[in-house]
Amino acid sequence: MLRQITVPIIAILVFLGFWEWLVWVNGWPNFKMASPSDLPPAYSRYWELFLTMGWQTLWRTVVGLLLAVVVGTLIGMIIGFSRLMRDALYPLLVGFNAIPKATLVPVISLIFIGQHDFNTVLMAFMISFFPIAVSVGIGLSTLEPEYRDILRSLGASKYTIFTKIALPKTLPEFFGALKVSVTLAFIGTNLVEIVSPHGRGLGALFKSGETNGDYPLMFAVLIALAVLGIVLYYAVVFLEKIFAGWAEREGS
Amino acid sequence: MSRGPFLLLNEGRAIENLIEIKGVKHAYSTKAGPLPVLDGLEVAVPEGTFCAVVGPSGCGKSTLTRLVAGLMKPDEGEVWLHGERVRGPRKTVGMAFQNPVLLEWRTILENVILPLEIVAPTMSRAKRVERAMELLEMVGLKGFENKRPSELSGGMRQRASLCRSIVHKPEVLIMDEPFGALDAFTREDLWQTMRELRAAEPFTAVLITHDLRESVFLGDQVIVLSGRPARTQYVMNVDLPADRTLDVLYEKPVADMLSVLRQQIKIAQGRDEEVH
Ligand SMILES: Nc1ncnc2c1ncn2[C@@H]1O[C@H](COP(=O)(O)OP(=O)(O)O)[C@@H](O)[C@H]1O
Ligand SMILES: [Mg+2]
Repeated sequence: MLRQITVPIIAILVFLGFWEWLVWVNGWPNFKMASPSDLPPAYSRYWELFLTMGWQTLWRTVVGLLLAVVVGTLIGMIIGFSRLMRDALYPLLVGFNAIPKATLVPVISLIFIGQHDFNTVLMAFMISFFPIAVSVGIGLSTLEPEYRDILRSLGASKYTIFTKIALPKTLPEFFGALKVSVTLAFIGTNLVEIVSPHGRGLGALFKSGETNGDYPLMFAVLIALAVLGIVLYYAVVFLEKIFAGWAEREGS
Repeated sequence: MSRGPFLLLNEGRAIENLIEIKGVKHAYSTKAGPLPVLDGLEVAVPEGTFCAVVGPSGCGKSTLTRLVAGLMKPDEGEVWLHGERVRGPRKTVGMAFQNPVLLEWRTILENVILPLEIVAPTMSRAKRVERAMELLEMVGLKGFENKRPSELSGGMRQRASLCRSIVHKPEVLIMDEPFGALDAFTREDLWQTMRELRAAEPFTAVLITHDLRESVFLGDQVIVLSGRPARTQYVMNVDLPADRTLDVLYEKPVADMLSVLRQQIKIAQGRDEEVH
């Protein structure tokens, strides 16, 4: 337990030290590359902004992610249980996923003009549901028939089979996908926050730093984003331990 | 030499057949057109007896188990269980497969209890645990009830799977090559366990196997299926004492039975020319 906490902290400190040293050795000015020692002043000057903007980014990412979980699981169930729907939907899903999401920002901001919160959540959702849908779909469609038959032969309903067997059996794949989706959802949220005029959230704060030539602020935002990303990621890891801890192999 | 479905006679009175399969034909539809797998299947299993089924691989044995379990309907013919036509799954059936299919997120105890959650939703937790523990003790898994399946050996997992298949006291126990993946010694241990379970529990059993010694040791009758499409090619009554031990396998009567069965399998495989 102690090791699990101290080792990452030491790694982060080493990283910050290396960064500071790199800037110092090269004599980079602030407008080229800020150093860690420039960050505390930036945080203490704008801490209120960081809190409100950080919250904006966090809740929109989480809501987008929740949407992605619900819709992704539903799509996964559809393509997992029906061969026909799998054949029908797969190419569409892959095609949609292949579209660079940056190109969709102007599209959705034209459809839903001024709905900044909505657009941000929508983008976080669109960018992150695909891994969930695919993993749930594959998990369900590769369920060995015997697993179904032990309950089906007792007259259990499809719903019972889903909740007692298919769903728990898919959980490890689901959480694997969710870890990918967390990061993607962050990218989606920030994309909209940065690109939209009059945006909010950490992305907008980053852009205002850029507009004002406040480089330490920009780097401070990047670090704040990284921290939020780590928090969300480990929240997922925590849930995974609770709900799919059985899938972990001993001694690894 | 083929015979129709047999009737065990008990003082001149026919014992009721718990399972009856009459004139069953079935074909799967595949990309290459219909694939006939069963053609003229006749099986009759008296209540409380043990029916072993052998046949060439791919001849339709697993299909037979799915028919008895009510998981599918035959194109033609009838399947009867306890005097009722089988039209779908029923709670009085238990199944075990070559793959023990234990749920990795449940302990052994919780795995064994699973069918009770479906079949007897009102049964109290204490009663369920008591019933599961009774069986686990019988198969020698006492002390392992709180382990995960991944912590057990293959033979122990199969024991747990057997417990799960009979925990709800099914009328019919259907086993599809349950010992097929085990090593020879473990397999013989499980044959013994199977006989003990049989003596203690009321089920009527259908066992698919590719091991002729297993079919004779466990079965009251052995049915040989022909190659695909399968029909009932031969039925052998096994007249051995109920309290048989593994030693009988090395005695003359069994040796004779095995040689007859081997001959029948060769016919089923279409290799009987070689023996003449
Ligand atoms: N659902 C299915 N659809 C099409 N063909 C099948 C299906 N299930 C089994 N078969 C085919 O039917 C034949 C008999 O299958 P099975 O009953 O599993 O044989 P066995 O258990 O005797 O090996 C095999 O050739 C198998 O490939
Ligand atoms: Mg089979």
